[in-house]
Amino acid sequence: MRVCADTDEAVAGVEDGATVLVGGFGMAGMPVPLIDALIRHGATDLTVVSNNAGNGDTGLAALLAAGRVRTMICSFPRQSDSWVFDRLYREGRIELEVVPQGNLAERMRAAGAGIGAFFCPTGVGTPLAEGKEVREIDGRTYLLEYPIKGDLALIGAHRADRAGNLVYRRTARNFGPVMATAATTVVAQVSEVVETGEIDPEVVVTPGIYVDRVVRVTT
Amino acid sequence: MNEHLDRGPRSKDELAADVARDIPHGAFVNLGIGQPTTVADHLPVGSGVVLHTENGMLGMGPLAHGGPHDPIDPDLTNAGKVPVTALPGASYFHHADSFAMMRGGHLDVCVLGAFQVSATGDLANWHTGEPDAIPAVGGAMDLAIGAKQVFVMMTLFAKDGSAKLVPGCTYPLTGVGCVDRVYTDVATFEVGPQGARVLETFGTSYDDLLARLDVPLGR
Repeated sequence: MRVCADTDEAVAGVEDGATVLVGGFGMAGMPVPLIDALIRHGATDLTVVSNNAGNGDTGLAALLAAGRVRTMICSFPRQSDSWVFDRLYREGRIELEVVPQGNLAERMRAAGAGIGAFFCPTGVGTPLAEGKEVREIDGRTYLLEYPIKGDLALIGAHRADRAGNLVYRRTARNFGPVMATAATTVVAQVSEVVETGEIDPEVVVTPGIYVDRVVRVTT
Repeated sequence: MNEHLDRGPRSKDELAADVARDIPHGAFVNLGIGQPTTVADHLPVGSGVVLHTENGMLGMGPLAHGGPHDPIDPDLTNAGKVPVTALPGASYFHHADSFAMMRGGHLDVCVLGAFQVSATGDLANWHTGEPDAIPAVGGAMDLAIGAKQVFVMMTLFAKDGSAKLVPGCTYPLTGVGCVDRVYTDVATFEVGPQGARVLETFGTSYDDLLARLDVPLGR
């Protein structure tokens, strides 16, 4: 675990073609300064996993607009302010995999928990079930779902200590704790870094074992 | 079955109030984006209903308006990304937990909008299937199969006059056999393995419904 001096150091080393998990639900919990650093870094041909496909012109939308994303894996790309993604999609310049929101979370949870695949009832009988293995268990139908693992996770938390323990703020928590378990390198931007021991162990949400780099940002 | 012939169809407000009336005391409830959200405004004081929002909160309160008691906080939003408040006793959790409590059958009621519902309770509410439409499922499929009871709110007829309670959905499905009850402007229906049954009508008669719908209707 390293506390980085700035966001450029925090995203250093990401390679072209990497799978990047990006936290946030809309703009709540979206690590905009880390995404800006990823844009400056220049890595391209990325697969991005995030609930949405960018809002407005900042954050994930700016990464998409910079042409760095080959594939978007998300639950809800289409929104009133997703004009960047909409244009790229209509021009055939980005691939899209739509995943039900709970499956998106659970597939990353599985990746982080060492689960090879799991049977899930969501999506049975729908177009999103096409090509998936089906199993009857106790009279109910399930689909086989595979993990989603990232090379890099960029998440927004509220406070970190120097051991990498994280706490979040309100509904900005969303995908952060799950993504923190599911990537090779996990980077958290926080509003505050405190000394080790200053976060009550009873309230730690993401234990430091999952976190590789922390950077303080002012928003 | 009650036929209310001395009045017109239900207004949106009346519809929301009738759904609210049918939510059991103390239930854990998820209200979908759009019209279902308005059900919250009609829950009586002391209903004990606890609202779940899939982006990670139980005990969601009313929308935040930026006053001294309901400040706008970008870290506290509902599933529609609109700023909300938290009630005493609220809790926050990450996305995998949020959908685990949904999929695991811990939510009592979920209220959703729909493009179409079949007489046996199939739901279509996520995608029009038009070739240039960008698919976006969000949490719709998880919600449809997760809650113990699924209520749908919709108009019974589309703008072009076609019925939205149908023998089989022509739009892509969200879930199979998942809807229990359909609240519309002109009637409330029970749907399921036994087919559709009219519970109540508003400004129309059972015989009118029989004539205008392509599904057998119990009463």
